[in-house]
Amino acid sequence: MFGYNGKLLRVNLTEKRSSVEEIPEKIARDYIGGRGFVARYLWDEIRPGTDPLSPENKIVIATGPLSGVFLPSSGKIEFGTKSPHTGGYADSNMGGHLSSELKLAGYDMVIIEGKSEKPVFLFIDDDRVEIRDASAYWGMGALSSEKKLKEDLGEEFQIAVIGPAGERGVTFSCISHDFGRQAGRAGVACVMGAKGLKAMAVRGTKTVPVAEPGKLLEKSRSMYRAIYEIPAFHTWTPYGTADITSFINENGAFPTKNFSRGFFEKAGEITGQKLREKIHVKDKGCFGCPIPCGKYSRVTYKGDTRYVEGPEYETIALVGGNCLIGDIAEIGYINYWMDEYGVDTISGGNVIGFALECIEKGIIPAEAVEGRELKFGDPDSVLYLLEKIVRKEGIGEILSQGVRKAAEILGKGSERFAIHVKGLEVSGYEPRNAAGMLLAYMTSDIGAHHGRAWAITYDIAVGRYEVKGKAEKVIDLQHIRPVIDMLTVCRFPWIELGFPLEEYEEVFKFVTGLDWGWKEFKKVGERVYNLTRAFNIREIKGFGRKDDYPPKRFYEEPLEGEGPTAGQHVSLEVLDAMLDDYYSLRGWTKDGRPTKEKLEELDLGFVSRELESI
Amino acid sequence: MKFKLNEETCSGCRTCQAICSLVHFEKVNPKLGALKIDAHFPEPGAYTIRHCTQCGACAAACPLQAIEERNGVYRVVPEKCVRCGACVDACPHGVIFLHAEIPYAVKCDNCGECIRICPRVALMDEEGEVANDVRL
Ligand code: SF4
Ligand code: SF4
Ligand code: SF4
Repeated sequence: MFGYNGKLLRVNLTEKRSSVEEIPEKIARDYIGGRGFVARYLWDEIRPGTDPLSPENKIVIATGPLSGVFLPSSGKIEFGTKSPHTGGYADSNMGGHLSSELKLAGYDMVIIEGKSEKPVFLFIDDDRVEIRDASAYWGMGALSSEKKLKEDLGEEFQIAVIGPAGERGVTFSCISHDFGRQAGRAGVACVMGAKGLKAMAVRGTKTVPVAEPGKLLEKSRSMYRAIYEIPAFHTWTPYGTADITSFINENGAFPTKNFSRGFFEKAGEITGQKLREKIHVKDKGCFGCPIPCGKYSRVTYKGDTRYVEGPEYETIALVGGNCLIGDIAEIGYINYWMDEYGVDTISGGNVIGFALECIEKGIIPAEAVEGRELKFGDPDSVLYLLEKIVRKEGIGEILSQGVRKAAEILGKGSERFAIHVKGLEVSGYEPRNAAGMLLAYMTSDIGAHHGRAWAITYDIAVGRYEVKGKAEKVIDLQHIRPVIDMLTVCRFPWIELGFPLEEYEEVFKFVTGLDWGWKEFKKVGERVYNLTRAFNIREIKGFGRKDDYPPKRFYEEPLEGEGPTAGQHVSLEVLDAMLDDYYSLRGWTKDGRPTKEKLEELDLGFVSRELESI
Repeated sequence: MKFKLNEETCSGCRTCQAICSLVHFEKVNPKLGALKIDAHFPEPGAYTIRHCTQCGACAAACPLQAIEERNGVYRVVPEKCVRCGACVDACPHGVIFLHAEIPYAVKCDNCGECIRICPRVALMDEEGEVANDVRL
């Protein structure tokens, strides 16, 4: 199989054993790689009803056919598991250099099983695979452990590592790599922690077989050259994801004060331009990437200086706007601690915003925060809550389980402003007046994550209150995006520079030898989207339409504050109309279940049979 | 062609290594790239680039005269090289190396491909023969 090693490495931490298995060609054809492999192997290998934190849960780590290949931005790797944060399907990806390294080590995938009683890390040096003692790293921050692992093993090893948050079971902890790249969402790191797995260190030196290397060289070279001609190559790259801050704020879609507002007066202080002016040290890129979005920074807060990659837009939105922190260096400093502790900054900022609102409303009493006066806009309040969460002390214990569980425990109406869907905290776009984005959050398989279908720009382009056509657009995006994650390339050349998706067809052909176009790709995208929906139906009791609703704040409370969207909100009728439209276009029932016919059409007959049996 | 660096802008993307291996060996294997990128993180947050300066130290160290110079460029003669590693020890920059998949020592032949493709113009040709694809 060109473009693949055709091998997966299975590691059992209970038995301290690893083995290499073939990946069937049929799986590679039906699921491409990356996110597709994760979805299929999780479906097949996790026994229904498995407790996410038990040894029976598994972690699937997958590269794709384009990983490690000379090609713009081909450096993504996918991590997946049954989520301890949502109870459903989870995958999360990150960039950097781990994907190419693992591919060069001779594996397309790694599956982690079991649980080690003592902390360990997985050591992979081409064919040499060892489960090593990690007691020297356990308890250390993610960035500090990566530094130490590199010192101990060699700089050329690529490391994925968790911090204390993952070790202690914070369900929104993240996996960290390359001093600032994270697989952050839905708690993959928490499962690593439960398995006693601190890190994975990889070095690879082998060649990846490709079908037509000569044509690949010519094609990829022309892709780089085409990117260099796009004006945004020069204008977007210096700022990376933070570039979008002003645009989103000016459109009233910037999450502010726990999603009660869509506009932050201080947004002008936390833009990509301010980042570059005030704290920027270095542009940092993933493997093969011509548009390095990583902005490595140095920040000082109260005399303490730290290096941090970012802050990225999502962090700016959730730690900045959502907690009312209006200073780029302060956000960067909080970002550093979230990275070092190994906390997802999206869920982290969202959870802390929620906590601050609970404090403001008296739902969390002063005694619960040691009598301190915690408030929005105060970095020390955010840092205090972060530390409590990571230590799981007092109120931190409750908050460490995410906003859905915290609201269940705290009660007193707090669930209306616990901003999540399916238990996953909403990311950096206030969707009350972006119907497509809201529908994308509602129907995202892992819960409310922007990356599953980034519909906000479409909303802004065609009219944000317009409902017609939104379901169709969201579905199309939900089929494109998985493909990008299956090829394991980065979405930014397409999303941010407008680089045509068709360009990937030829390069895929020269790598794999398969003459596929987006028609075939999107079919796989649809297959995977239905499969992960089925995973949620299988794993979450009574899962269906009710799980696709956003928090009441989004459809009952008009946006407060200033900005073009102040006073606006989407009604429940609109939500229902969009959902009906969405389900019917997808071939799902009114309760959001894929029909037998739909599943069979997608070669998911085995899924249909299993669902019928429960 | 003579390398000139701007390490300030290097983003550590390794596109240079990826193209080098594809051009010379028709292989997807950035580890065969004849220049090396070193990352310095978390502090101070920098990348440094090691490239061949065509200094000839490897050729001088070779007991079999398997590295030959032509027009200022040192090339390994595959038929003569026995992979003894004397050149590897002699190179002041660590940019001639042995790799399990190649039957002779690997080094830079000054083709200029990495300079052309580098997205950050971190690599340049001091003599101006090789143009960067990125136009600033
Ligand atoms: S291609 Fe250029 S920017 Fe990328 S690692 Fe090489 S020298 Fe640095
Ligand atoms: S490979 Fe090293 S020793 Fe040989 S010419 Fe290049 S820099 Fe000099
Ligand atoms: S000049 Fe050519 S041979 Fe030398 S490092 Fe660059 S691409 Fe490789």
